[in-house]
Amino acid sequence: MARTLLSIYPESTGRYDEMLAAGGKVRPHWQSFFDHLDGASPEQMRHRLAFVQRRIQENGVTYNVYADPKGTDRPWELDPLPLIIPAEEWRQLSAAVAQRATLLNAVLADLYGPQDLLASGLLPPALVYGHSDYLWPCRHVGQPGDTYLHFLAVDLARSPDGRWWAIADRTQAPSGAGYALENRLIVSRVFPDLFRDLKVEHLAGFFRSLQESLAHYAPGDSQGEAPLIVLLTPGPYNETYFEHAYLARYLGFPLVEGQDLTVRGETVFLKTLTGLKRVHAILRRQDDAFCDPLELRGDSALGVPGLLQAVRAGRVLVANALGSGVVESGALLGFLPAISERLLGEPLKMPSIATWWCGEGPALEYACKHLERLVIKSAFPGRRIDPLFGADLKAAEREQVRARLQADPAAYVVQELVELSQAPTWSRIHERRLLARPVGLRVYAVATPQGYRVMPGGLARVAGGTSARVISMQRGGASKDVWVLSDEPVSTFSLLKTSIGAKDVVRGGRSLSSRVVENLFWLGRYSERCDHTSRFLRVALARLVEAGGEPSQALQSALAVGDALGLLPPREVAEAKGSFVPLAERLTRSVFDDSWATGVAANLRRLQWSATQVRERLSLDHWHAINRLSLEMQQTRETRPEPGETLAFLDQSLLALASLAGFTMDNMTRDEGWRFHVVGRRIERLHFLATAVATFLAMEGPERAQGQGGLEWLLELADSSITYRSRYLSQPELLPVLDLLVLDEDNPHSIAFQAQVVGRYLSRLQRELGQPEAAEGEGDLAFLLARLRAVDLGRFAGDVCADCIGCQACDELADLLWALAAATRELSDRLAMRYFTHVGDVSHQIVAA
Amino acid sequence: MQTSRQPPTAPDLPDDGVAYRVTHATEYRYGAAVALSQQLLHLAPRVVPWQLCRAHRLAVGPQPALRLERQDAFGNPVTHLAFDSPHDRLTVLAETEIEVLPRFSPALLRLAGQPWEGWRAALAYRGAEPPPADQLAAAQFAFASPYVHTGPAFAAYAAPSFTPGRGLLAAARDLMGRIYREFEFDPQATTVATPAAEVLAKKRGVCQDFAHLMLACLRSLGLPARYVSGYLLTDPPPGTPRLIGADASHAWVSLYCPGLGWVDLDPTNDLIPDTRHITLAWGRDFGDVSPMRGVILGGGAHEVEVAVTVLPLAESDASGAVAGTTPGDAPHDGPGKESRGRERRQVRSGEDDSRA
Repeated sequence: MARTLLSIYPESTGRYDEMLAAGGKVRPHWQSFFDHLDGASPEQMRHRLAFVQRRIQENGVTYNVYADPKGTDRPWELDPLPLIIPAEEWRQLSAAVAQRATLLNAVLADLYGPQDLLASGLLPPALVYGHSDYLWPCRHVGQPGDTYLHFLAVDLARSPDGRWWAIADRTQAPSGAGYALENRLIVSRVFPDLFRDLKVEHLAGFFRSLQESLAHYAPGDSQGEAPLIVLLTPGPYNETYFEHAYLARYLGFPLVEGQDLTVRGETVFLKTLTGLKRVHAILRRQDDAFCDPLELRGDSALGVPGLLQAVRAGRVLVANALGSGVVESGALLGFLPAISERLLGEPLKMPSIATWWCGEGPALEYACKHLERLVIKSAFPGRRIDPLFGADLKAAEREQVRARLQADPAAYVVQELVELSQAPTWSRIHERRLLARPVGLRVYAVATPQGYRVMPGGLARVAGGTSARVISMQRGGASKDVWVLSDEPVSTFSLLKTSIGAKDVVRGGRSLSSRVVENLFWLGRYSERCDHTSRFLRVALARLVEAGGEPSQALQSALAVGDALGLLPPREVAEAKGSFVPLAERLTRSVFDDSWATGVAANLRRLQWSATQVRERLSLDHWHAINRLSLEMQQTRETRPEPGETLAFLDQSLLALASLAGFTMDNMTRDEGWRFHVVGRRIERLHFLATAVATFLAMEGPERAQGQGGLEWLLELADSSITYRSRYLSQPELLPVLDLLVLDEDNPHSIAFQAQVVGRYLSRLQRELGQPEAAEGEGDLAFLLARLRAVDLGRFAGDVCADCIGCQACDELADLLWALAAATRELSDRLAMRYFTHVGDVSHQIVAA
Repeated sequence: MQTSRQPPTAPDLPDDGVAYRVTHATEYRYGAAVALSQQLLHLAPRVVPWQLCRAHRLAVGPQPALRLERQDAFGNPVTHLAFDSPHDRLTVLAETEIEVLPRFSPALLRLAGQPWEGWRAALAYRGAEPPPADQLAAAQFAFASPYVHTGPAFAAYAAPSFTPGRGLLAAARDLMGRIYREFEFDPQATTVATPAAEVLAKKRGVCQDFAHLMLACLRSLGLPARYVSGYLLTDPPPGTPRLIGADASHAWVSLYCPGLGWVDLDPTNDLIPDTRHITLAWGRDFGDVSPMRGVILGGGAHEVEVAVTVLPLAESDASGAVAGTTPGDAPHDGPGKESRGRERRQVRSGEDDSRA
């Protein structure tokens, strides 16, 4: 049996093998796992693989390869087999990582403080003063407990002799811990028995330390209030945004963007619906130079102006400390052993991969001489230059590289090529076969008042091929869970299952950030806008198809309303005067062309964008429905559809939009965010209906084609045909149509219904958010609704209106509806002013001489 | 536009210090109300042995919600202001009375200094051997910075001045003279964000550009030099009274010469600063010491007006200058109206370029 499993698993040549010892014997700590795999049936393994993939899709675990609103996230790749590390080995490894963390923290404290390392010659000035990640304004800022690094990662590789080497340090805002957690949740369910029997160390205690440590170092509040800790993300376009959202949820920290925070005086606040809330600590996932446009990079639109001053004043904890990126430089590695002796008084426990900083004469000489077996990297990671492999270079290229090194030696480091160890991965192609892949390990440490604590586990990454030298999630690699075995009973504490007492029960979302609420509001508006735009285009296109391309009277009247609403692209060809675009083409363009700003495609894109912003608040089905709709839009567009096919698409699209409305009613918690979402929907529908009916009434009698289908399409546009037919069983007439579309407060598609609902929700919001005064906008709406209710329908009775020209009853009602549409627009602006952040109004920097 | 170029004459040496009253008025007018604003000011003179600051006042309108004074990482005084109620105008008036003592010696013009390559070699990292304190202090200013990039183009421009074996100071003076002669003073050519490479290509700019360019040249050769921000006394055309508000901020370069210390060089005027130059602050480049740097929320389009007056106190006491516009006047009315030579400018991309 074992032979099948290993039939294409290469015996290691020159690499350390994580699973097999010399002679192909399974290492003791792998034995029971190996036996288990060996005994598992092909069906079992297929199920397991399918389980892994399903969980990843369901949980929406993604890694964005690049930012693109139209692009899709790449699903996270996870190999089900963990990397297993025995207890004794881990003890040494974690002690070495903790020491390294202590050391790097001490280096930062020195560089941003006394700079003894420079004075004693232990570090060259070029690596500090010449490093763009050394942030001068952060000097002498100081950190509580002299802790600069609260959370850091070290990338490790195992050399052929079995020793672990540090190859890089991640000290700014290390990524991957959230993925490690997600990997653990999945893999521990794939092999539950093994996970228990092997006594694998749990991860939750580590994350609790992170919570406790941030709370410990955060500045106290005079009221003894629990500190508010937030997780600062650059936003959904960041490649690891999934992880930011995931960790925020897991740790119980609000996920915020720079614009959600504001500094008043020297204190940081979170903007919430109920006002400003003091923030005591910020776990940041944003690069430090971008965190404060006032003192750091002025061109950053992501930052929080004044943040550094708040840190300086000791009013907020930023973890990791601003400026901590400077010790990520590979050039530091060679200096660490001596620095360790000096600052810690002990030798460095874990060696770094051999690295030479070319700023030293002998190193430059060595680098130029042995280029072919070295990797050339930038000494300053901020510059994001891809590493060059000397072995890949042709003789002429090597000459060029030498010239570059000599021109600016201080900017480069050269490193020995690492032979990574290999670990088994499960083959998806060959049933029941193990593959061998190079593996690297990222481990994490958190600062606690008792010293650094290392996460018992980590994120292992395997290369896509057998001999990749760069392991990167961007280049098709996969990840693995890391199982650290314990020789003692393991703590089964879990952050996920903390029992919650009655006093901990949370309802509603009082500290919803204003940005989230604003996006929910717009998600509502765009959903409704897609709906009525589709509905209008279906009305027009259906009549065009029925009439065989010959515009009927009814169609003409519908088009007049479409033009008034700005839904249709221009009739005239812009370049050639007097040359006209065929109607079918205009209508099709309004459906599919996303460069037409008021069309379905453009609004769908906006809908998807606002959904992305609040993704963590939508159910998976809701999210899928939105994605499916835009996928169908793309696919149908590519087939260059005929009008009939376009109609079919519009039918489908309306169905999908109706299901979005269903998710809203059925799947979302009734908190303030939800109420704003519903108000957004109602406002949009109110504005649309009021404008459409007003435009219809303002037309002169004959133009409306009342007797020739004009009222039919109006009913269809307001999705009220069925109701009308069931009530009246006859041809539509103006009076009952107006009653149904304008006044009937039981019809969810009537104007009065929308106005009444908006009014009700707004007064509830006002009550709950403590807004005493009723602003004019709402007052107008209530006043206009009262006027609407007082309209005397008797004036529209009979056939008088069919041929009326400039009749007063129609004009008056049209004016009232226009006033209602205007009041609605104003109301939307007022809501934005009062409750939302000014998203479009980003802070900007100015400089005067 | 005032001229900040002085004829390169040998300075006639005053025996005593010269006392000045400097007013630096900045006014922002915003198209829409500014909801939040934070400003960092480098408008107070740092303490140096050749300057005696007798008085310094800062008047700010509207009243800031927060005002605090501290030192930046380079030891310059900096004022931090924050405003959190809506305003459509911001005025900052800095008034300084300061005496500048002579520090220039004609010997500096004869002194060549030690060969420049020797100094560069001395700066090289030599392993775990403590570097001399002055080298370490100088090294802070030896590398590229956000506004001063380094590279072969700058080294090549500097090369004719830095010939093998030449004295450091002599070579730097020569470089300063070449920049003065080969570059045109042209306020329209650049903005505060113009990179030194573009200045080198266009051969035009203002004091800030020339200082950045000279720094880029020196640092590309591995020589530490810093950016100095301050003021310069300008002379009105003969026979006309001194105009209030017609001056501007000024900037020059300071080069570290071993044995001598920091020696200032003004490439805009091809001279070694003395009692006509008033030092405010220094750093790696303009970004570290810009007189006013801020972030605002809201505001829309805005206009900014900066008026600087450097008045020798002797003249001021004798009321020789334009009457009725003593610098103590309210900032709201004072500077703009009297600065006849300066028309209002619409500010592009949020940056003002009132530099000399």
